[in-house]
Amino acid sequence: MVDAAIGEDSVVRPRRAAGRKGLRHALKRKSTVAFLLTLPLILLITLLVVYPAIYSVHLATLNKSMQRFVGFGNFEFLSKRDTFWLVVKQSCIFAITAVVFKALIGFIVAHFVHNIPAKGQRKWRGMLLVPWVIPPAMSTLAWLWLFDPSYSAFNYTLAFFGIGPIPWTGDAGWARFSVILVNIWYGAPFFMIMYLASLKSVPDQLYEAAAIDGANWWQRIWYVTLPMMRNIIAITTLFSLIVTFANFDIVRILTAGGPLDKTHIFATWAFRVGIEGSDIPLGASVSLFMVPILAVAAIFILRDVNKRGNES
Amino acid sequence: MAEVNLRKVVKRYDDVEAVRGIDLDIADHEFVVLVGPSGCGKSTTLRMIAGLEDISDGDISIGGDVVNDVPPKDRDIAMVFQNYALYPHMTVAENMSFGLRLKHYPKAEIKSRVAEAARMLDIADLVDRKPKQLSGGQRQRVAMGRAIVRNPKVFLFDEPLSNLDAKLRVQMRIEIKKVHQKVRTTTVYVTHDQVEAMTLADRVVVMNKGRIEQIGTPNELYHNPATRFVAGFIGSPAMNFVPCRLEEAEGRLHLRLTDRISFPLPPARAARYQSVSRNEPLQLGIRPEHITETKPHAEPGIEPFEALLEVTEPMGMETLVYFTLNETPVCGRVSPNAGARDGSPLRMAMDLNNMHLLNETTGLVI
Repeated sequence: MVDAAIGEDSVVRPRRAAGRKGLRHALKRKSTVAFLLTLPLILLITLLVVYPAIYSVHLATLNKSMQRFVGFGNFEFLSKRDTFWLVVKQSCIFAITAVVFKALIGFIVAHFVHNIPAKGQRKWRGMLLVPWVIPPAMSTLAWLWLFDPSYSAFNYTLAFFGIGPIPWTGDAGWARFSVILVNIWYGAPFFMIMYLASLKSVPDQLYEAAAIDGANWWQRIWYVTLPMMRNIIAITTLFSLIVTFANFDIVRILTAGGPLDKTHIFATWAFRVGIEGSDIPLGASVSLFMVPILAVAAIFILRDVNKRGNES
Repeated sequence: MAEVNLRKVVKRYDDVEAVRGIDLDIADHEFVVLVGPSGCGKSTTLRMIAGLEDISDGDISIGGDVVNDVPPKDRDIAMVFQNYALYPHMTVAENMSFGLRLKHYPKAEIKSRVAEAARMLDIADLVDRKPKQLSGGQRQRVAMGRAIVRNPKVFLFDEPLSNLDAKLRVQMRIEIKKVHQKVRTTTVYVTHDQVEAMTLADRVVVMNKGRIEQIGTPNELYHNPATRFVAGFIGSPAMNFVPCRLEEAEGRLHLRLTDRISFPLPPARAARYQSVSRNEPLQLGIRPEHITETKPHAEPGIEPFEALLEVTEPMGMETLVYFTLNETPVCGRVSPNAGARDGSPLRMAMDLNNMHLLNETTGLVI
């Protein structure tokens, strides 16, 4: 009965009175409704993502006074400057080191939390998430005080063991170490919570089967846990790589790029030349350099995820 | 290949005793099925044999060695899980060879063992697939293959067929039996399905509330159950239990079911029940196939009575009939030609040569 009613409505009638009927039918179609429902989000993304992105591409093609079109002039200029290549190198070191350690620490901590009895687990999960929940601008200020060369808790404690004082933010090597350390401290909880969720979804029977098959704990991690978590690891790493690459607040507050530009990464250097150096087009060009690097990483990682998704 | 012995094995979770002192000796090559309702401790017992659960008390030995503190990987056992527990990221061949690869077997031997097991289980053309690309029955075969290639001392099966549909279950049951006939490995098999237990086992262990109710061959359990639980659990449709009394009449021992129905006991039965107190509350246990339509010529011990049929279920080769006896629902099995109809009376006969008498308070078969 229902089928017959729909058939009559949609097949016979539309031939006549096409105008208003057509609109009503368009509204009835599922795809139209879906489009209308997503329209607010599409507008929001256009406004906040697409427009600024296109605008920054436009900016990058202008001269310093933003009066004249220079094409790839800014990029050519950048590629001839040593500081720029230093920033590229530092960004890569910063992002890769930080992400590797965040992933490693997150994985280890997730295992510990996973093995805590269910009763106490919530408490620990909550406490371990704290670094990630505090706004990094604030928590980095606390780190800045901890890293103070003369009066900080770190150097004071180390002095008892006859070590130091360590120039945490004053020496190029130590400054790089410090910004990476704070970034790891801030980002590891995110990995922990993602890995914990993924660990919980591995069926216990797989571990039992592996135990009977003769696997020790390390082999269980290598042959069962890691393969089962591969997708989550890939996606989390990609996401974190993007966020870490584009990090601004931690470096800005802790070292502001110093000493001697030795801790500058893309975002902080773009800010330095664009806002502080009043060359907005050049700053835009610096930040646009991140796009191809991240795009390549994203393509590789997502292709792997897709491939395995299709397999299973 | 090895025997498995359980001595007073106990499993406690905090203050709950899941397994309460089990003694069980499983001979080499034997196929033993642990059967019972859910929560009876059968899976826990199996997992203790596997080493996946600690033993709270008692001893478990495999091949004569006590393995209480031996981790699962060193017990030389293989286990098939209810949901198969195949590694989803490995192919069938990788799943099957995982244990051998961990033990660093030579590649050629791994290959030949996997090929051999795959051929035995008829999955040779699936070895390069991933578990997700297999049907339930195929996954079941792979899980069995993984156990077979290891060539362990003992096979453990934890309700391996309960995720399959009814038709496939029957097929895989036969398959498991065939495999056991070929490899002859000592096998412990857990199920809640009494048909599976009866068809597969050399010996069946019926468990209830953490204890063993009875151990025996399928036929022993069926024909000589020791307790009411076993009598009611084994066999389908289940055994009927009707409250009754023994009484002396005309110099013979009679079984009184209702005011109107009383049967003289056959001599063998009468001798056996002579010492039972006449006033004790008893239960008659009788299987549906021993309540049939009357036969043309009388046989000793088969007593006729009148029944008002409430429901009849034609099954094709037989018809199940339901009626009330002494306020208790009773099921009988009659020939499809017996003329059984809903709501109509039928002359039935009870074969008292195959009856059981149970003590109502202790639940033991007398």
